Amino acid sequence: MGALFTKDTQAIFWNNNASAIQRMLDYDYVISRTKPSVAAIVAPTSGNKFEKFFYGPDEIMVPVYRNTAEAAAAFPKADVLLNFASFRTAYDVTMEAIAIKDQFKTVMVTAEGIPERLARKMNQAARDAGVVVIGPATVGGISPGAFKIANVGGTIENIINSKLHRAGSCGLVTRSGGLFNELSNIISINADGISEGVAIGGDRFVGSVFIDNLLRMESNPEVKYMVLLGEVGGTEEYKVIEAVKSGKIKKPIIAWCIGTIAKHFSSGVQFGHAGASANADAETAAYKNTAMAEAGIFVPASFNDLPATIAQVYGKLKAEGIIVDIAEPALKTVPKVRRKKEFICTISDDRGDEATYAGYPISSVATPETGFGIGDVVSLLWFKKRYPKWATQYIETVIKTVADHGPAVSGAHNAKVTARAGKDVISSLVTGLLTIGPRFGGAIDDAARYFKYANDNGMTPAQFIDYMKKEGKTISGIGHRIKSVRNPDLRVSGLKKFAAEHFPATPLLDFALEVEKLTTSKKDNLILNVDGTIGILMVDMWRALGYSEEEINGFIDAGALNAFFVVGRSIGFIGHILDEKRLGMPMYRHPTDDILYNVELADEI
Amino acid sequence: MAQRAIREYDGKAIFSKHWEKYFSGFHYGFKSVLVTNGDDLRKKAQEHGFEWLKQEALVAKPDMLFGKRGKNDLVLFRTTKPGDVTLEEAAAWIDSKIAHETTLLSGQKGTLTHFVVEPFTPHTQEQEYYISATTVGEDDVLYLSAEGGMEVEEGWEEKVNEVVIPITMDDASIVHLIRANVPVGIPAENKERFIAFAEQFYKFYRDQNFAYLEINPIVMVGNDMHILDLVARLDDTAGFMMADAWCGAEFPTAFGMEDQTPEEKAIALADSKSGASLKLTILNPMGRIWTMVAGGGASVVYADTIADLSGNVSDLANYGEYSGGPTTGETKFYADTVLDLMTRHKDPKGRDKILIIGGAIANFTDVAKTFTGIIQSFEEYAQRMKEHNTRIYVRRGGPNYEKGLKDIKEAADRLGLYIEVYGPETHVTDIVRMALEK
Repeated sequence: MGALFTKDTQAIFWNNNASAIQRMLDYDYVISRTKPSVAAIVAPTSGNKFEKFFYGPDEIMVPVYRNTAEAAAAFPKADVLLNFASFRTAYDVTMEAIAIKDQFKTVMVTAEGIPERLARKMNQAARDAGVVVIGPATVGGISPGAFKIANVGGTIENIINSKLHRAGSCGLVTRSGGLFNELSNIISINADGISEGVAIGGDRFVGSVFIDNLLRMESNPEVKYMVLLGEVGGTEEYKVIEAVKSGKIKKPIIAWCIGTIAKHFSSGVQFGHAGASANADAETAAYKNTAMAEAGIFVPASFNDLPATIAQVYGKLKAEGIIVDIAEPALKTVPKVRRKKEFICTISDDRGDEATYAGYPISSVATPETGFGIGDVVSLLWFKKRYPKWATQYIETVIKTVADHGPAVSGAHNAKVTARAGKDVISSLVTGLLTIGPRFGGAIDDAARYFKYANDNGMTPAQFIDYMKKEGKTISGIGHRIKSVRNPDLRVSGLKKFAAEHFPATPLLDFALEVEKLTTSKKDNLILNVDGTIGILMVDMWRALGYSEEEINGFIDAGALNAFFVVGRSIGFIGHILDEKRLGMPMYRHPTDDILYNVELADEI
Repeated sequence: MAQRAIREYDGKAIFSKHWEKYFSGFHYGFKSVLVTNGDDLRKKAQEHGFEWLKQEALVAKPDMLFGKRGKNDLVLFRTTKPGDVTLEEAAAWIDSKIAHETTLLSGQKGTLTHFVVEPFTPHTQEQEYYISATTVGEDDVLYLSAEGGMEVEEGWEEKVNEVVIPITMDDASIVHLIRANVPVGIPAENKERFIAFAEQFYKFYRDQNFAYLEINPIVMVGNDMHILDLVARLDDTAGFMMADAWCGAEFPTAFGMEDQTPEEKAIALADSKSGASLKLTILNPMGRIWTMVAGGGASVVYADTIADLSGNVSDLANYGEYSGGPTTGETKFYADTVLDLMTRHKDPKGRDKILIIGGAIANFTDVAKTFTGIIQSFEEYAQRMKEHNTRIYVRRGGPNYEKGLKDIKEAADRLGLYIEVYGPETHVTDIVRMALEK
């Protein structure tokens, strides 16, 4: 055991509590943390992939996940869960977090009023798993200068006034969250601030109790003495007394139990928290204060004398050289006025000397001697990664393969008709591009989607064909008007040959070829066509590059496969438009004898 | 809040609702009515399903969360001999009890308002057993005894077996543990029955989120179970999961505690309507020191310190808090209530009145804003406060506290009120010392 948190500690924040998260990030900025203390947010009902927060004057994006397991998988080093779920769900959220192996060391639970039986189960499960639970019903804790939970310490001004921005030498444990700030303030005025502080929570059953925290502080060399603020009710203070008597705790402890007033009123008046009611003499504040004093703990005569007792113990430790002066660190200032950014760009930047593509200056990718081709530029600007040569060459192969397919296809035809109507290149190009979708060019998308779905779900080729039949869908990527097994499509042959020579593996293509064997056994022209091959090999490329299945599904859903077709075919469309301009072709009007006219007089209703 | 007592009647109703699910093999005929006066009982007897009220001998007793009703002579089970109480006698007895105030042996005082009426169950001492369950530390504890009745508390150590059941223990181990701890005094022919009932009782207690459940005595006649007396507390934080299961049981105020002052009631009402927290308990209306403290923890330390430093706890007039961001209107209402109470009675010894406006360092509450409501109240009560020689001591920190302190000081000066104001550099309770030393 050592410090509860360090400057590298990162948390997953359960519930998108924007103001609390912003306060953590403001604190991070002020104390110059290198990484934000909130790694990710879990928000089951959010549709967002990230939330923006200020980090000093700038903004950063914090990723948002639907559940804790996904967030933990993405941030295996985030070992603190800040559970801000309501009292209805806080138990389930904690239990789910504890069940994730080797992830969380600390779970802080803020909800007040979790059913007692659930709180007890949760606390025991955490103890069995070696997870520290702070709370329930707490504002949390802080390791000054390193990590601050949510709203602890209040405003930045108060944090600095109470010296919660840098480590002091006191370990602070309180039950009350409301008095935590006050104690930090007292300790900053009468000593040098706190090294670590935890408010254990006001409910009757809390996870980590006084003794757990004090034993950790005893073993933390940065903590030189401890302040404990207890409360009437319960017997937790006696465990501390035992530890002091047995020598398990040697560092000086200053302690006080609030609620001494309760002894004056026999019953009926609840002074303080749910846990704060004495069922026996030993649970009264006065009794506990006396017992602690007898054990050698520094107990003031009254709460009002607590500052003097702290000053006295601190002064003694300072005189003995156990505590030395602390150099006050420089602080960054959070600007008073900050403006949210309307747009986000994560692919290119034009603010420096030279614009960059994903960090690469344009000059470093443009000319032939850089070795970068158009495939490299696509990989940088579309996927923010430098792909290996075989992958960028595959991208270029695809673009070249789909560049044109003659004047009769719907997109090219539209482009030609528009050009002949006297419109400019852009208008003509756009009318062509607008035809790209589910029927024209969309087979690439659908082939990738359905073959991947079948493969992901462990279907055999026969099961896949069966499945598509039941869904009432033709298999995208299978079938050609003219080409067949005996008359193969050479574009497909070329793609397959390239993949066989350069791809590390082609599991989806292998699966698709098994499917093709079955379909062609029924009908000769039900071959894997060029659209299917491109889409399927694109999935194999991404798999070989190490993307997760979810990321690949994300690419497909975002329309990245269509995008390859759009880029490639634009080359062809522009060719047709320039052709029309060159030929000076007149306005096109479709011959009426090519139209079936079947118009009846409209009925009156 | 958490653990809250319910009426005996409601406890039995919860048993009855779940009886088939938990207590297979046993029978419990839930014959019980809750009434508030004699006519109420007579009317009930006319309803279908309650014919037994006219046909059987009855037992009547108050159902108001206090125990030792037998010792307080508040159980009607005989007129001339045990088991001869009729409907009319029970109704008349109830009316005689509600007619005047009752003082218990414990000194609690109040008017009886709720009674439970049940059939008289003839039985022998040997058929009485004791069973209860509660939480001790982190564990559940089941208490079992072969002897039930009022005397079980005497000789508890010898008579009662304690079965400690850890929260994570599985059902098979629980059954094993209970079997191993069955009290020796149980007659052989009832032993298996008792074990089975104890297991079922524990699971019922656990699943229904009781915090405390005691049947004393439970009477076993073959497989017929008679719950003669029952005490129960529910964990009210589980209420959101248990709404139907708890049969709408209410949480009555403890006997003798009903008599809140109109001011306490008004603050409680405002609290229930607000997102903020407003609490007020009047400890001594003649008290000299009145407090308006923000925050729960701070309100406790102010009360502690006033009791410690004044040397006389009766100086402390009230206890309470306002927190959680009350509106200006809510704060003014709270301040009006306190100032009104404070300026009703002159201090008997002719001393100044002291008003403590205290609070720890707020997290995010705008201090200046919350003081606005207090200042508005000052404007209204300034004259009365001066008549009582009121000295005001303010201590607060947190967002915008400088402006808050400046505003309240200016207002008091303008109104001719004595005031001292302090910020976070002064110890939170030190204004109590200053006020008392002057």
